[in-house]
Amino acid sequence: MVETGRRVRLVGIDAGRRLEARLADMGLVPGVEIDVINNTYHGPFIVAVKGSRIVLGRGMALKIDVE
Amino acid sequence: MNREITVALVGNPNSGKTTIFNNLTGNRQHVGNYPGVTVEKKFGEVTANDTKIHVVDLPGTYSLTALSVDEQIARKFIIDEQPDVVVDIIDYSNLERNLYLTTQLIELGAPLVLVFNMSDVAEARGIEYDLVGLGENLGAPILPTVGHKGQGTKDIIKAILMVADGEIDPVRPGIQYGREIEKETARLQSLLTEGGLVPDKYNSRWMALKLLENDQEILDELDSSEIRKEIENISRHLNDVHGVNPEIAIADHRYGFISGVCRKTARSTPDTRLTRSDRIDRILTDGRFGLPIFLVLMYLVFHFTFTLGGLPMEWIESFFGWSGEVVTGWWTEGSDSALKSLLVDGIIGGVGGVIVFLPNIMLLFLAISILEDSGYMPRAAFVMDRLMQKFGLQGRSFMPMLIGFGCSIPAIMATRTLDNRRDRLVTMLVLPLMSCGARFPIYALIIPAFFPMKMRGIMLFSIYLFGIILAFVSAKLLRISLLQRTATSLVMELPSYRLPTFNSIITNMWEKSWLYVRKAGTIILGISIVMWAMTSYPKNPEITAGDPGAIQAEYLAYSIAGRVGHAIEPVIKPMGFDWRIGTAMIGAFAAKEVFVAQMGIIFSVGEADEVSEALREKLQRNYSPLVGLCMMLFMLISAPCMATIAVTKQESGLWKWALLQLGGLTLMAYVVTTTVYQVGSLLGMGL
Repeated sequence: MVETGRRVRLVGIDAGRRLEARLADMGLVPGVEIDVINNTYHGPFIVAVKGSRIVLGRGMALKIDVE
Repeated sequence: MNREITVALVGNPNSGKTTIFNNLTGNRQHVGNYPGVTVEKKFGEVTANDTKIHVVDLPGTYSLTALSVDEQIARKFIIDEQPDVVVDIIDYSNLERNLYLTTQLIELGAPLVLVFNMSDVAEARGIEYDLVGLGENLGAPILPTVGHKGQGTKDIIKAILMVADGEIDPVRPGIQYGREIEKETARLQSLLTEGGLVPDKYNSRWMALKLLENDQEILDELDSSEIRKEIENISRHLNDVHGVNPEIAIADHRYGFISGVCRKTARSTPDTRLTRSDRIDRILTDGRFGLPIFLVLMYLVFHFTFTLGGLPMEWIESFFGWSGEVVTGWWTEGSDSALKSLLVDGIIGGVGGVIVFLPNIMLLFLAISILEDSGYMPRAAFVMDRLMQKFGLQGRSFMPMLIGFGCSIPAIMATRTLDNRRDRLVTMLVLPLMSCGARFPIYALIIPAFFPMKMRGIMLFSIYLFGIILAFVSAKLLRISLLQRTATSLVMELPSYRLPTFNSIITNMWEKSWLYVRKAGTIILGISIVMWAMTSYPKNPEITAGDPGAIQAEYLAYSIAGRVGHAIEPVIKPMGFDWRIGTAMIGAFAAKEVFVAQMGIIFSVGEADEVSEALREKLQRNYSPLVGLCMMLFMLISAPCMATIAVTKQESGLWKWALLQLGGLTLMAYVVTTTVYQVGSLLGMGL
């Protein structure tokens, strides 16, 4: 699990075609830089991408592949 | 020269679009439907330089694909209605993501004006761009504004007029998608053009790109299965080349274009890793503190609503009481005029009972507006999400439910934010269990009549809590049976926290309250008159002498309503009710508030309102606390007022759901109340 405060690069998302497209619309395209704002086990998964904050449900968070 | 032009407002959610719309159109707005959130056809006008500008506020969207109803609506309007100018409201402090929508507008060929809103926040963060250069690169004029301070509105109007006149006509940039995609797009374009498959309203490149993007709407419109198959081949090929589906590669290129343009024109872009909002979120969405903080906030909201609302309520009650006396005074003492009765008992009594609750409702909506404008709501939805998922709801159902404590009608309309149809239906169906403002007079009448001072607060709280619990349980039941879960994943943008402005809060509150007022003025007025007639006629001609109170009671038994009450008595007896309660229940179907008014009429107290002592005493004498409890339970659960059922039908599109709501809730009410009464009696809690 990526710790809070790290900056990572998005490699891919495995979430079904429509959801992937919706996330891409919001800036989550492969190669984009993400700041992990919050990622504690019982808390939300909040990332900063392209300047805005997006919160993802836990199920979603697990499908995102970063490096 | 007098002319009219049409302007469409678009922009991301949370970009301040609604505020700018209000700034532009002021009071000259029309709302097509009830605005729980921005609705499809919200329009207004402003006049400048002899030109009447029709402004249409389109739903806030991140993009113009067909992934959600809001996006489809926005896109459809721009393509079909061809507005003279499209004004794109952009959050300047969040530029790159906001420009994604802009790239799609550029590709559509819309005549654009770009509003860089929230420029005060951008400035505070040290963000600065060469707006002239950026405008040239994007092919549209850029205007910095501070919407919530009302700054920049005149500039926007000026720019709109200049674009509409053709005085500003910049060169539009072309966005390139890399060699492979460009090749396939060109090929697809010629296939489409040759086949005559491009409707006039689209340009062929745009259409080809959308097809490659897997845009469901355009794909469905395409009248050729060979080309559809060809598109699948192309997609596969492009997937091999890029490693991702074409629409992802296309999105990537759009963001690449945006990055390039921004890099060229940025003067200062500080790297803020952790903003103040983020720090606040660390606390407010924390796994351990988030939920308790949320519950405290909710408690404060309710406390605020019920206590502050008390005083204005009394004023309104006095006003209606005084009006009743004044009108009564127009006739000679003791006269039996039907008109007098209609005015005093029917109209003033009926409508007055509803308006009394307006302060409470407005305060609730005020609190909700503050929470909304401050940016807290998505956090609340997030915090509630885990709990609500266990019952088959989602975090975003929470907001409509909260509104439901005021009035179900705006609440049901607010479910439009739920893009999953089943989630939306489940929420709509159980919403009425969030005890609405109309039921409050019932509790306010019954609780003091039957329960000692110490218990009253607890009783009220318990009723509301019970409604919430039932809602969750029903949602779960619906999920298991009729509306099984389809996968939804929580993806939400968290806007920055900000201090709400007075103007925006009040406007927001008023928009939500308006429907309650309108309901009072129309439906309840109408129903009150009908119920008055049903309880007053036919009059038994044989009774003439006797105590006026007793005469009234006799008339009531003879009237239509009375007879129906008697007729259903056997059915409601298991709940501990008698024909008199039955009569009131019938009236309550039209509008819940009517229950109290009817009880007053039945017990022949002149004009009953819920603080009427005499009525409470009569209730106490005639019924037990157990029956009082049962009355409240039944009114809590049973079918919501007619207006709510109608809105459910409208929002769900089918009578089936509205009737399910009606039948299901009434049945549940019957079962629960009967159980409570029977068990209660057995346990000796009867008389």
